[in-house]
Amino acid sequence: MTTLTDSVEVTDSTKEDKNIVYDTKNLNLWYGDDQALRDINLQITENEVTAIIGPSGCGKSTYLKTLNRMVELVPVVRTSGEILYRGKNIFDKTYQVETLRTNVGMVFQKPNPFPKSIYDNIAYGPRIHGIKNKKILDEIVEKSLRGAAIWDEVKDRLKDNAYGMSGGQQQRLCIARCLAIEPDVILMDEPTSALDPISTLKVEDLIQELKKSYSIIIVTHNMQQAARISDKTAFFLSGEVIEFSDTDKMFSNPKNKQTEDYITGRFG
Amino acid sequence: MTDERDLRVRDMIQANKRTVTFNSIIEKCIPTILFIIAIISILTTIGILFTLIRETIYFFRDVPFLDFFTGTKLKPLGDAAEFGILPLLTGTFISSAIAMLVAIPIGLMSAVFLSEYASDKVRRILKPILEVLAGIPTIVYGFFAFTFVTPLLNRFIPMLEPTNILSPGLVMGVMIIPMIASLSEDAMSSVPNAMREGALGLGSTKLEVTWRVVIPAAMSGIISSFVLGISRAIGETMIVAIASGSSKNFTFDVTQSMQTMTAYIVEVTGGDAPAGSTLYYSLYAVAFTLFVFTLIMNLIAQYISKKFREGY
Amino acid sequence: MKYVDANLVAKKMNGRLAANHISQIIFLLATLIGLVVLVILFYRVLMDGLGWINFDFLTNRLSTRPERAGIMGALLGTLWLMIVVAPVTMLLGIGTAIYLEEYAKKGRMHSFIQTNISNLAGVPSIVFGILGLTVFVRGLGFGNIVLAGGLTMSLLVLPIVVVASQEALRAVPQFLREASYGMGATKWQTIKNVVLPAAIPGILTGLILALSRAVGETAPLVVIGIPALLIPFPNGIFDKFTVLPMQIYYWTIDASIVEEYANLAAATIVVLLVVLLIMNSIAVMIRNKYQKRY
Repeated sequence: MTTLTDSVEVTDSTKEDKNIVYDTKNLNLWYGDDQALRDINLQITENEVTAIIGPSGCGKSTYLKTLNRMVELVPVVRTSGEILYRGKNIFDKTYQVETLRTNVGMVFQKPNPFPKSIYDNIAYGPRIHGIKNKKILDEIVEKSLRGAAIWDEVKDRLKDNAYGMSGGQQQRLCIARCLAIEPDVILMDEPTSALDPISTLKVEDLIQELKKSYSIIIVTHNMQQAARISDKTAFFLSGEVIEFSDTDKMFSNPKNKQTEDYITGRFG
Repeated sequence: MTDERDLRVRDMIQANKRTVTFNSIIEKCIPTILFIIAIISILTTIGILFTLIRETIYFFRDVPFLDFFTGTKLKPLGDAAEFGILPLLTGTFISSAIAMLVAIPIGLMSAVFLSEYASDKVRRILKPILEVLAGIPTIVYGFFAFTFVTPLLNRFIPMLEPTNILSPGLVMGVMIIPMIASLSEDAMSSVPNAMREGALGLGSTKLEVTWRVVIPAAMSGIISSFVLGISRAIGETMIVAIASGSSKNFTFDVTQSMQTMTAYIVEVTGGDAPAGSTLYYSLYAVAFTLFVFTLIMNLIAQYISKKFREGY
Repeated sequence: MKYVDANLVAKKMNGRLAANHISQIIFLLATLIGLVVLVILFYRVLMDGLGWINFDFLTNRLSTRPERAGIMGALLGTLWLMIVVAPVTMLLGIGTAIYLEEYAKKGRMHSFIQTNISNLAGVPSIVFGILGLTVFVRGLGFGNIVLAGGLTMSLLVLPIVVVASQEALRAVPQFLREASYGMGATKWQTIKNVVLPAAIPGILTGLILALSRAVGETAPLVVIGIPALLIPFPNGIFDKFTVLPMQIYYWTIDASIVEEYANLAAATIVVLLVVLLIMNSIAVMIRNKYQKRY
């Protein structure tokens, strides 16, 4: 299989950036007058799972949504600092947000399939990006559904409305929908918080599988989940990064007292 | 995961990007196109104001302002034409007053019943009936007033003329019931249940809760429904045009024929008034007066419901 | 010392409960008045009109002789009128709603357009007739043809479609928009492919209600000057025309001259009400079929 970086638009970046997907430098973010993110500096590495943990309201979801600029759907948002995606600042005036979001897929907290057929859900992304050929679409749909480990469950009912699926299936469908445009990075915003334990396990297995071809950033409120599936973990508190290190290290030997309190459940 | 027929969707997307500049042109044009469409509603208002005002000014070149608003004689045809709007104003206000005498109590009581007393099941039967009542074209009500209500009233009021203001007034009232009922009911149902429970918990009956808690709390919505009802009555055309005739007498006798502003407009436009004549311009002067009255009513209704929208 | 005399309360309670009971009955009766009027109205119209409805009545042209008069011309006129009103209101109504809900920044312009629309909704229909007469019939020189009547009617029912479409667009959950943006879709792609399809049932319901208002509306067309005379069937939007309500109007006011005209008017009302019933049933069907899918 060809390495993914070959097909990425911005491979001509400097050598030391090669394995860095996202480089966040001094990022601040405000909702109106409330500062939600303070001076964030983080580097996200290619083909790894990076988990972001922290208590609710700590800015972890906000940070994730800043990475594909979805946060701008809230009208009163202001930012300072920069986020380099593959070496280019995504806040740059000339940077096209649609291109960013094509390269960076997102899976949301609540499964959000379109009220269309399973097939049309998957084909949505390719279609809006100009792929109309029925044969190619068929192949993309199958490949994406296989990629999200849901093909066998739905292959006989591709024309059925996605709303007839169970919550866990819907979430894997949303992951498949995301895979259909072959993103470089996948952002996941508490993807299992609305799912039952068995579905959660399936999605976690899937994430392990996807890691081979994609860089994944996952926000989770579940520390066991972070420990199980991630390579690196960032601990957010009150809009700041308190600690960022290898997951093993953080969970076995946290450097910061607050981190320790949080992961041992003594927090708050 | 070695896929020989690797689709390389990302490459295809990249390839399409370069050719599909068309999309970005659409993306830039759409907001402008939609804005132009949205502006049409404003142009409509401007169009209404402009036509009414322009021709009304011409009218007041022929007829003094004061004569128009204080004149009790309306005799648009013939040599000694006179244009006093008072007969039309009395016609309009008397018919509206009769309508409101019907619509306000019945509409309000219906609203109370639907909001406070009716079970879900009963409500689900009664509300569609009111909707049907609201959906009947006014021309049908006009027919009903002329061919049924007037003959019926004639049995009790022998001196009732075949065309009179009473019958269309009553029918107009029926027509407005659903409007007042549904707007008032909306206002009452948005009164939080906690307020009702508070009063019921002290041993109040439902009637007392309705009078002392629900209606006062929903007052702004109820009043604004009345005002909108009046506005609707003032602007109603076909019922009065059919059932109230075209007498331009300045009178307060409801058994007689009277003409409303709207019915006058119907009569004049139906008569092919030559453009440029005073008669023709009088159409606009009357229409402008009508427009101002309904506009004021609507603004009052909006003001009331905005100003007093309680944050429970 | 006790302030509440339990005996007195108990004594009064019976009266209070009786008042409550009686008023409940009065309120019910008041609500039923609507039903009673409706029944009488339908009964009257059916008694007067039903006997006159037959194939000839539906397919004949207008005639001064009651037994030969038909409403084919009015039916065709109503149809042609809808052919103008439906696309025009759809384009203007949905376009305005999308602009207000999806594009316009919540500011002066937004609230100006919004206030303007709610005020337009309160303008008497006859005033729209005067606008149509001045602008379309005379100003643009269309004459009293279908197009002039249709455009006038479109402006009249526009607020209904705008408000219904706005509500439908607002009911589309934000997470669907997010899902689409997350795939790299542009704003218009999102609206066209996700938001509009999800909102279309609500929009259609509003559109049908607006059309049924236009089907029954008379006053603006009287002002525009629809002829009472015998005219050939309309064959397009540039022909002179008459519609069902106009036919009812002329037959009703002439009923004092020819008695049977009242029956013709009643028969036409039956036809008009059936048309409206069909339209409203479609609206209800759409509403029930697509209700609450999220």
